[in-house]
Amino acid sequence: MSKKQTLPIRLLKGFGMFWWDFLVGDTPELLIAVLLIIGVITGLRGAGFNTAAVVALPVLAVLALGVSVRRAINSSKKK
Amino acid sequence: MFLATVSSGVLVLVGAVFLACAVEMVEALTIVFAVGHTRGWKSAFEGVFVALVALVALVAVFGPALVQIPLSTLRLIVGGVLLIFGMQWLRKAVLRSSGFKAKHDEDAIYEETVAELRASGQSIGRDRVAFVMAFKGVFLEGLEVVVTVLTLGTSAHRLGLAATTAGIALLLVVIIGAIVSKQLSSIPENAMKMSVGILLVSYGTFWAGEGLKVSWPGNDAFLAFLVVIYTLVTWGLVALAKFESPKKKVAAHS
Repeated sequence: MSKKQTLPIRLLKGFGMFWWDFLVGDTPELLIAVLLIIGVITGLRGAGFNTAAVVALPVLAVLALGVSVRRAINSSKKK
Repeated sequence: MFLATVSSGVLVLVGAVFLACAVEMVEALTIVFAVGHTRGWKSAFEGVFVALVALVALVAVFGPALVQIPLSTLRLIVGGVLLIFGMQWLRKAVLRSSGFKAKHDEDAIYEETVAELRASGQSIGRDRVAFVMAFKGVFLEGLEVVVTVLTLGTSAHRLGLAATTAGIALLLVVIIGAIVSKQLSSIPENAMKMSVGILLVSYGTFWAGEGLKVSWPGNDAFLAFLVVIYTLVTWGLVALAKFESPKKKVAAHS
């Protein structure tokens, strides 16, 4: 028997769903990539390599975008 | 020099907010027009009004809360969110430009919404279906506008400018919508989405770096450099994807 959810629970669920769709949706690889990028840049900054961080941040973002586009093209070809 | 560094940050902020809001509002207005023309404007306007009130309430709750977060933490979170969001937009724009994904067609969305509304039958008294559809259209698209304005505005310390830009974008789209009366398919949505994607990824990279204490050469002026880099990369990705495009193969075989 299904219980009817209260309004605050429904609103909370809706809010959670919005953020899930917003950040994950059909591209979980982008969320993972951004977390990895943040990890790498934190490491580089911690080691004092500012120039490496300046170069690595956009380069890694471009790589992530390229991988995600590649993934979408491959999946589109399979269909 | 001072003017140049201030301008690049402000220009990217205004451009990103304006284009993102315009694109989202085109999508929302298409649904509102479909509801209004099919089921009458009263319920459509009621749905729009309640959605706007809900969005204003969200801004009132989360706006001041965001300002309380330490700036470097806020910039890191905002940078990360904008990077993800911007790359999602860019990915879609690249796939659409290269023929791997159907272009966002406002005409088709309009017709689909009209068909759905006609199939649901007429209601007596308040038109609940029309109200809910107009509300959902405006609220969901508006939520993305709110997130863009709040995140970009608070981390750049220019929430007023971001909100004003969003207001101008909304006003312009409504005026254009009123002129074309039914649908907004003539607006080059994919090109706008590509520009928004480039600006959001540029801002995302910049703020994520600032949040992680990366010292950008030229400070704010580096944003303009990022915009150029990501524009070139996007063009490159579109060109590469077009080589494998199903449309190109069809043309070669015909």
